[in-house]
Amino acid sequence: MTTSQHEISAEMQAIEADARALVAEGNAPELHPRRDYPPYRSSILRHPTHELVRADPEEIERHSPAFGHSDVSPLESDLTIQHNGEPLGERMTVSGRVLDGEGRPVRHQLVEVWQANAGGRYVHKRDQHPAPLDPNFTGVGRVITGDNGEYSFTTIKPGPYPWRNHLNAWRPAHIHFSLFGTAFTQRLITQMYFPGDPLFALDPIYQSITDPAARARLIGVYDHDLSVPEFSLGYRWDIVLTGPKSTWMESEEAHD
Amino acid sequence: MTEPSAAPEARYVQTPAQTVGPFYGFALPYDGGAELVPGHHPRAIRLHGTVFDGAGDPVPDAILEIWQADETGALPDERGSLARDGFGFTGFGRAAVDLGGHYTFTTVEPGPVAGGAPYVLVAVFARGLIHHLFTRAYFPGNAERNAADAVLTAVPAARRQTLVCVPEGTGPTGAASYRFDIHLQGENETVFLDFDA
Repeated sequence: MTTSQHEISAEMQAIEADARALVAEGNAPELHPRRDYPPYRSSILRHPTHELVRADPEEIERHSPAFGHSDVSPLESDLTIQHNGEPLGERMTVSGRVLDGEGRPVRHQLVEVWQANAGGRYVHKRDQHPAPLDPNFTGVGRVITGDNGEYSFTTIKPGPYPWRNHLNAWRPAHIHFSLFGTAFTQRLITQMYFPGDPLFALDPIYQSITDPAARARLIGVYDHDLSVPEFSLGYRWDIVLTGPKSTWMESEEAHD
Repeated sequence: MTEPSAAPEARYVQTPAQTVGPFYGFALPYDGGAELVPGHHPRAIRLHGTVFDGAGDPVPDAILEIWQADETGALPDERGSLARDGFGFTGFGRAAVDLGGHYTFTTVEPGPVAGGAPYVLVAVFARGLIHHLFTRAYFPGNAERNAADAVLTAVPAARRQTLVCVPEGTGPTGAASYRFDIHLQGENETVFLDFDA
């Protein structure tokens, strides 16, 4: 707990400089976070030190459990109607599409979300942050994607919250997303963030993705066309799963 | 540096992973998630183990998923994988570890898929694990098929046993018990797999 933000930030900057040098030498930017990312202290003993063993996906890996409307009620996509009253906070509509690596929609698959309330508090017994619980907000939702891979949640904007990685550590506001593709190899758990968060540069979980363009893929885009008059602000966030064969394509903003 | 031919696909770059964090407990576990078959199923097995970190300490905030074929080697393709009606077999399970880092699934031993060595595919998520990991739990009773398996044979002999469940005989209910511990790091580090070839 004695480590300062300044020290953590210096570590993060050194790693990013190293990653940038690798790209300058002609290596592809890293699409995913590093599992070995010491500024996120809990990763130090929880990442494998052996290189992963390359394996050809077999039939099991090429298929995925199938979810459907028998699993999930349509009401579960609205996180603001789970209690007797309205939750506090900035009401939002978060919508987007789930696609595979070739841009094909991931149809009729399960998307799960969970998040803190507007004050940055989770409904979880191990969350000790002394912000109030909201009796009208649990913060869990599920949806089955549509024919075009589309999903939509109605919720409230989660608050940032403190954690104990280092002194004065705060997580940027985020919504946890869990996704299934058509192959189990496409399984993804990630977090969606909000534009312009001042905590981005300070957060070792976000910064564990060393490529700025890759990090930006986790930020929802404010979309006024998704805002519902007199009701909610709209954010669009599309999610691309791996494969079938994952290909790396450099994007225009890679060197921003 | 962008090649013109790459441009149409450049939009479909993977979304990066992030850690599941510590607070999935009220969101991801679901009723019956760890019971792929009921405990009284005549061929139920117990598949259990502990998740350890690099210091050899149990990891109390990990959540595992398994995905497997049924006893005949058939892959379930019915929708409704969260459902637990006591009769169907969906092949999918999810179990959060307890405070001692321990998990338990009740399932059946999978049969060979397309004649290959049977295994249970395991996905590991945890606080501190920034990007999930895949591994496979093979069964010791299939010596011949295991000896011909591409993954088991590609792994150095010293690490191969991390992919094979340890048989523990039969429990009080008559169910065969198999232990599959997962070491995220350390001397007995589990072999984790990369399917992004």
